[in-house]
Amino acid sequence: MENIFRIIVCIKQVPGTTEIKINPETNTLVREGIETVINPFDTYAIEEGVRIKERMQQSGSEAEVTAITMGPAQSESILREAISLGADKAILLSDRAFAGADTWATALTLKNAVKKLEGWRLIILGKQTLDGDTGQVGPELAHMLNIPFIGYASSIEHISGQKITVKRLAEDRYETFEVRLPAAISVGKDINVPRVPSLRGKLKAKNETIPVLNIADLSMDEKDAGLSGSYTQVIKIFTPKHVYEVKMIEGSPDEQAEELFTKLKQLNIV
Amino acid sequence: MHYFLSEEQQMIVDICRQIVEERIVPVRAELDEKGIFPKDIIDEIGKSDLFRLFIPEAYGGMGTGIFEVCLATEELSRGCLSVATSYAASGLGFIPIIVMGSEEQKQKYLPDLAEGKKIAAFGLTEPEAGSDAGSIRTRAVKDGDFYILNGTKQWITNGGEADIYTIFAVSNPGRGARGVSAFIVEKGTEGFEFGKKENKLGIRASATRELIFTDCKIPAGNMLGSEGMGFITAMRTFDQSRPAVGAQGVGVAQAALEVALDYSKTRKQFGVPISSFQAIQHMLADMATQVEAARALVWHAAKVIDSGEKNVAKLSAMSKMFASDVAMKVTIDAIQVLGGYGYMKEYPVEKMMRDAKILQIYEGTNQIQRNVIALELIKRGVL
Repeated sequence: MENIFRIIVCIKQVPGTTEIKINPETNTLVREGIETVINPFDTYAIEEGVRIKERMQQSGSEAEVTAITMGPAQSESILREAISLGADKAILLSDRAFAGADTWATALTLKNAVKKLEGWRLIILGKQTLDGDTGQVGPELAHMLNIPFIGYASSIEHISGQKITVKRLAEDRYETFEVRLPAAISVGKDINVPRVPSLRGKLKAKNETIPVLNIADLSMDEKDAGLSGSYTQVIKIFTPKHVYEVKMIEGSPDEQAEELFTKLKQLNIV
Repeated sequence: MHYFLSEEQQMIVDICRQIVEERIVPVRAELDEKGIFPKDIIDEIGKSDLFRLFIPEAYGGMGTGIFEVCLATEELSRGCLSVATSYAASGLGFIPIIVMGSEEQKQKYLPDLAEGKKIAAFGLTEPEAGSDAGSIRTRAVKDGDFYILNGTKQWITNGGEADIYTIFAVSNPGRGARGVSAFIVEKGTEGFEFGKKENKLGIRASATRELIFTDCKIPAGNMLGSEGMGFITAMRTFDQSRPAVGAQGVGVAQAALEVALDYSKTRKQFGVPISSFQAIQHMLADMATQVEAARALVWHAAKVIDSGEKNVAKLSAMSKMFASDVAMKVTIDAIQVLGGYGYMKEYPVEKMMRDAKILQIYEGTNQIQRNVIALELIKRGVL
């Protein structure tokens, strides 16, 4: 078999805003008219994948980065962006049957896609998404593929064709793990500074044909995909209401201070 | 939006804007204050393929025209003229290899320069030879298969930071400008050292240094073109490179105009934004008109060069001269719009003004540009 070190980077399209609006009737995110971007943590995953590829190439090995996303047809745009940032190939997993997937169904779909690819040695994911925020897809995917998973990697200390050494910051210490490949890791923003796209990357991204795999291509059963394959379902999602009460204190400065002090005391603040 | 840019040209603009916003603007004041060469930013520019633009595809470049170089230079100059100068100076250093280099020299040097792994510099100016480039004193004496260089170059942009230097030296004294030859000299060559780093009014983050040659022995194969072609090499290089200096002027002027316009809409005096005063409005209108005129001339010059026209010295000089004069005027006016705040380092326009001044001086003073324009007019007529 050809000896190429293949890296898979899983990415997701998310709303490019911090002001997320929710449709109160359907309990889903309002996506219309909202600009979408690559999930910010995934940009570090792409960069790390490309850096590992470059490291491999510098030491004379062949390496390749493939970006994968599951989502509607318009998710193709983030795959093109991944190519402009140095990914070599991209695959879109898109099917109506994938809609409404929770983290489990998403991981299962990704697993089936990864299984279709040959020769992959490393999977990199962002540590969590901006919209779902669970951080579950990475470990679930690794579990389904029966490979080691190291979450929250902050640096790749060493990588060869056989092993990877990863450092991460725990609450009060650094931890270093060495695991056999293939493996999966998730990364946060402390691992690198993602590059600006290159002109050749942008031109390649524009012209690249991105294959779309549907549920049949992944040989999946409809009951295992999307909403029907999901163990969790969102019953209600809402923006919490913050109620602020403002009381104006009047009178002379001494009276104001006195009243403020009394009030703070009542509230057990002082 | 510039409606006639191609998709690829728009990509160049977008990449540069991202570099400006994410990498340059957050650090430019500090780089300026401390005079730190923006190595990380130059590396990022290299990774983004911007050094590849003008280098032919056969040598790892993208084979674009000068127009694309001007687009990139203008956008980078909107962020910081020190960065744009460092970028453009590498181009000035490698254009002689493109226009005069042998196949072997191109194969050897251009791929690394295209990739941004190495950067270049252009060494012509000397303490006694500025506008009068014909009076350079650095000597190149032939010794078998080598030339021995002796002399000092002054105010060399990217000096010390560049890996590849195009050096102009007298190989045949007594023949004036025709006795000058151009050589490629690599950093690290024995007898090639760097002198003092200059402390400058503007473009403080760009590296400006002396190059000192003491019995520096370089292979005869490093000569660009044939002996005595140095002056022609320099002039042909300038014909290609000067619109990019104009583009620097357009970029810094555009940046100053943007700051002035934003400020005028938020700064209140006498209870209203100062943009409601006709005195300010007229200044902004003049600044904007000058920027557009300068851009039009720079783009026109670049397009004419890219069309393959040979006699471009006049238009090239005009674009450099006009756009750099606009840069000076617009940056000064921007400070005036900001008033006292414009004079303070908390706002970016004082730096833009200090930076803009160099554009009227380097790559041929604007007085020399007028000489070039007048001579061409007299020689070839108006068109």
